[in-house]
Amino acid sequence: MAKRKGRGFACINYPIGMNLGGDPSQALVHSTPDGKFMVSLSSIDLGQGMKSVTRQIAAEALGVPVADVYVDTADSDTGPHCMGSFASRGTHRVGNAVIRAATEARAQLLEAAAEELEVDAADLDTDGQGNIHVKGAPSRSITVADTAVAAQFRQGRTVSGRGIFLIPPSEANPETGEMTPVSCFAHGAIVVDLEVDEETGEVEVLELNSAYEVGRALNPKLVEQQLVGGAWMGISHALYETTEPYYPSREHGPVDFNSYLMPGPGDLAPHHIAVIERPAEDAPFGGKGPGEMCANPVIPAVANAIYNAVGVRCDELPITPERILRGIRANGGAQPGGVRR
Amino acid sequence: MNSVEFRKELFAEERADNLSEIGRPTVRQDILGHVTGRSAYYDDHLFDGLLHMRCVRSPHHHARIRSVDFSAAERMEGVRRIVGPADVPKNLNTLLSLINFGKEDEPLLSERKTSYRGEPVLAVIADTERQARGGGPRRARGSVANGDRRRRPPAAAVRVDWEPLPHVLDVEEALAPGAPTVNETYPGNAFEYHGRYDHQKLRFGDVDKGFSEADRIVEGRYRMSPIEQAPIETCGAIAAPETGDRYVCYTSTQALFFSLSTTAKLLDTASSRLHFVGGTVGGGFGGKVDSIVEPMAVLGAMLTGRPVKFMWDREEEMQVGAPRGAELWIIKDGVAADGRILARSFTGYFDSGAYTRLSSYAVVKSTGHLPGPYTIPNVASNVFCVFTNRTPATAMRGFGITGVDYAIECQMDRVAEAVGMNPVELRILNAYRDGDMKAHRRVAKNTALIECCQVAAQKAGWQLSPDALRQSSKEGGGGRRSAIPETATDQVGRIGERRRSQLPAEPLAGPGPRGRVPAGTAGPATEAAPPQRPDMAMDWEREKSPAAALPEPARPSISPPPRIPASGISAASASAASPQAAEAPYAPKAPFSRGVSKPGVSRFLSGTRRR
Amino acid sequence: MPKTPVSFNLNGVETSLFVDGGQNLLDALRRGVGDLTPKFGCNQGTCGACTVLINGRPLLSCLVLASSAEGDSIVTAAGLADGPNLHPLQRAFMDGFAAQCGYCTPGMLLAAKALLDRNPNPAREDVAEAISGNLCRCTGYAPIIEAILAAAEVMRRSSRT
Repeated sequence: MAKRKGRGFACINYPIGMNLGGDPSQALVHSTPDGKFMVSLSSIDLGQGMKSVTRQIAAEALGVPVADVYVDTADSDTGPHCMGSFASRGTHRVGNAVIRAATEARAQLLEAAAEELEVDAADLDTDGQGNIHVKGAPSRSITVADTAVAAQFRQGRTVSGRGIFLIPPSEANPETGEMTPVSCFAHGAIVVDLEVDEETGEVEVLELNSAYEVGRALNPKLVEQQLVGGAWMGISHALYETTEPYYPSREHGPVDFNSYLMPGPGDLAPHHIAVIERPAEDAPFGGKGPGEMCANPVIPAVANAIYNAVGVRCDELPITPERILRGIRANGGAQPGGVRR
Repeated sequence: MNSVEFRKELFAEERADNLSEIGRPTVRQDILGHVTGRSAYYDDHLFDGLLHMRCVRSPHHHARIRSVDFSAAERMEGVRRIVGPADVPKNLNTLLSLINFGKEDEPLLSERKTSYRGEPVLAVIADTERQARGGGPRRARGSVANGDRRRRPPAAAVRVDWEPLPHVLDVEEALAPGAPTVNETYPGNAFEYHGRYDHQKLRFGDVDKGFSEADRIVEGRYRMSPIEQAPIETCGAIAAPETGDRYVCYTSTQALFFSLSTTAKLLDTASSRLHFVGGTVGGGFGGKVDSIVEPMAVLGAMLTGRPVKFMWDREEEMQVGAPRGAELWIIKDGVAADGRILARSFTGYFDSGAYTRLSSYAVVKSTGHLPGPYTIPNVASNVFCVFTNRTPATAMRGFGITGVDYAIECQMDRVAEAVGMNPVELRILNAYRDGDMKAHRRVAKNTALIECCQVAAQKAGWQLSPDALRQSSKEGGGGRRSAIPETATDQVGRIGERRRSQLPAEPLAGPGPRGRVPAGTAGPATEAAPPQRPDMAMDWEREKSPAAALPEPARPSISPPPRIPASGISAASASAASPQAAEAPYAPKAPFSRGVSKPGVSRFLSGTRRR
Repeated sequence: MPKTPVSFNLNGVETSLFVDGGQNLLDALRRGVGDLTPKFGCNQGTCGACTVLINGRPLLSCLVLASSAEGDSIVTAAGLADGPNLHPLQRAFMDGFAAQCGYCTPGMLLAAKALLDRNPNPAREDVAEAISGNLCRCTGYAPIIEAILAAAEVMRRSSRT
């Protein structure tokens, strides 16, 4: 009786946004009297960082510092329509809507500055630090704050913008399944190393090595949050979680966290991640949503590693110690499986 | 103990890393609220005189309701209102009616029968949460899960006379002739696609031909049990009368207007009378889209004129809150001795539970995902959305994809073993590349699977052959791999057919006529709607030095870009697909965005920062 | 329903209120006092979102009868910062991206504070053990552990000077 090591691999791609489109999102941007910017959304931040990523997108598109932008999410009286936070659509759809709204606001900002500086708006640029200057003549400048004051209190102009992003709805063909599911895909691959106790059927994950392609890491720390947390959830789905442990039987369903199991802070394995960025042409600054796809390759990689360790094909999730032990018994003992590596 | 590296050298020629705020590790806007505990979630709004709502739920998998007597419950201390099906103005809905998909099939409160254990039939509104619980059948721990009447205290105040009905819990049994009907809207226990079939088909090439040419046939059957989203904040909503004859609703929803519109529809009220506030949510993972707590809370506020909270406890979250549904996938591969997969067929089942919710959508999404990120010349699938007598399923992180990715990637290892190949190299050999035709008849672009495989293997110290390391997503695709083959079709599985006689579930099996769709048949890809006005289109020029502007075709235009048929295959006209056109190299269909440079163009041309 | 008076010290402030017989401390703090920082996650004592410090010990306020808190000293996340100055743990969670949805964060911070108060130099295993009763669904725990270790180091350094 021993602990046996195994290694498994899996790779995936993931569609970004609602399948077949038809899921618009809108954004509104407006300047406060002194040139700070409010972004109004009805989108939801459920922890993935919607407020933070749209704030950076708005700042980039406006050409102002991120500190001068604040994002308000989800008051149906003030935030324009958004389909919701699901299907890895937030960054892609809302991000694009914010770019459009911020761009319109920026155009108005530059028009107001042009009037103050008595130049053509097309000759103006922002420095990202809160100033607007004439291209090639940085000394001829005005602050964003002064511009906003002038626009609203002297010129009678708004500094605001609207944006919507929509991939129009389409259908799948009933006979062939032909369709345009989405416009871009994220990618991931992972190697899982683990150890199976052939006596108890328990699995200890030892190490994860992964590569995730996310288009562009709009905020690298937010991406890291998703990838680390998502891989944890993948391990949890592979080895622990279900509401119906003897599916399709409905018996023995958990009703609390004593019976609904997840790995705890003492069950972690080191995860070494490589982030690859291949920008998607219709995504905001190329960024694809990393939130959903990151858990997916972990599950089959764990299953493949267990087969490699003890020769049990893990064709049912979750892969509980009971299932592993039954598999070892059916095989007449633990045998390493798969191509030796 | 964890580490993260950014492999900036990969695809560097397609990326200008010259942005100001994008790409920075800026701290989260919401973090100060989180670490001080001041972020306001829906339950962090206090109301004087708040009432609490709890549901009375079915203890049976499937049962007719003969009668309901809540007179005793009404008289209990603190009970303000019993809410029944008749109180719901429009008591039938399907979530995706908002995008005009599917038939109304689910009541908010059930009147005549219940189709899963835990289905709500009444709601009790009382002064305290405990009183609201007392008004319903008091449940010992786990009794919803176990359905054991004896474990319920006898003081259950609402008396429902149940007539248990035969039930079905297994997806394959549910599709068999003679299975009990779970959901009367879909008497065949399967969602109906296109008004024609009891499943969604995918047909690309001819899998039977592919199997006959293969050296090995590899088969697998994979099942995923239901999974709870388990956000630490449970689903809930607080609704209260607001001035101006409106109702405010603080909610944990993942989709504010989705929930608002669903509430307006079920309560038959103008959406302008509803003011929904949310946006700061304690985790969702897909479990907070279903829009059940919101209409219930608003209905309670309407009926009592008081603030009403409807919040799931943890047991409800786990057993009656919709999980990620179970899936069953059966895969058959035909493989050449060198590891190339020549044909792959899928039979997939999504266990939707008693009602549709969103599983019908997941079926189509998974169909568009097949055969995984690989280029396989012959692919077919039948995917079913099946109704069973269990808690309805809904979205969860990776919805429609996670289960089939698990199946595909376990299957890939089976294939690797069958042909004696390194499993990573097998994936690289079959990986999709730029310019390849996908089974849903759109050209692959912006792919990066091969690079992910190479980098992950390298990090783990997994040796790959020099040939596998040489491969690239940008090379070797297109050409013959962009062709759409002549495709075998069938008409098996018309709505109702499976009810009358046992039919095979797998593609291209069973009786009935066969058809051929000519090679090259494909319509145009759907593109994003362009910015509605010129000043909403980003001023791309400011990203480039004036001397180095990109050539004209790469400039974004505000009018829709010309529809270049996918890799030169003309829209919907099979015969027009000339071999020459099919050889056209990969070209992006839309202009590249700011900070994104065109493949093949030096980043030094496109990338100079405006300052 | 008869009410019971109860007095305790909450984040340094003497607090008195009437509670119901079966009311738990979580509900009393949230609805009775208006301190919304302890969160409702399960009401079963299994998730840790309602963790508060009672006389320095991290306890699940959903499992504590409010009427039994008489005379106790209670600390919630609202009492962690010194006015506008964040506690080193709060600062470390912020800088270390140790929160996503933020719902488990108040309880997590208090479990960590209880650890650092009794063990200023914890090993990684000590940290994992200390937060093992606090569930987080978003982060995978690793950034939380790192943040607590970072805060411990900051606190050790500042106590030396």
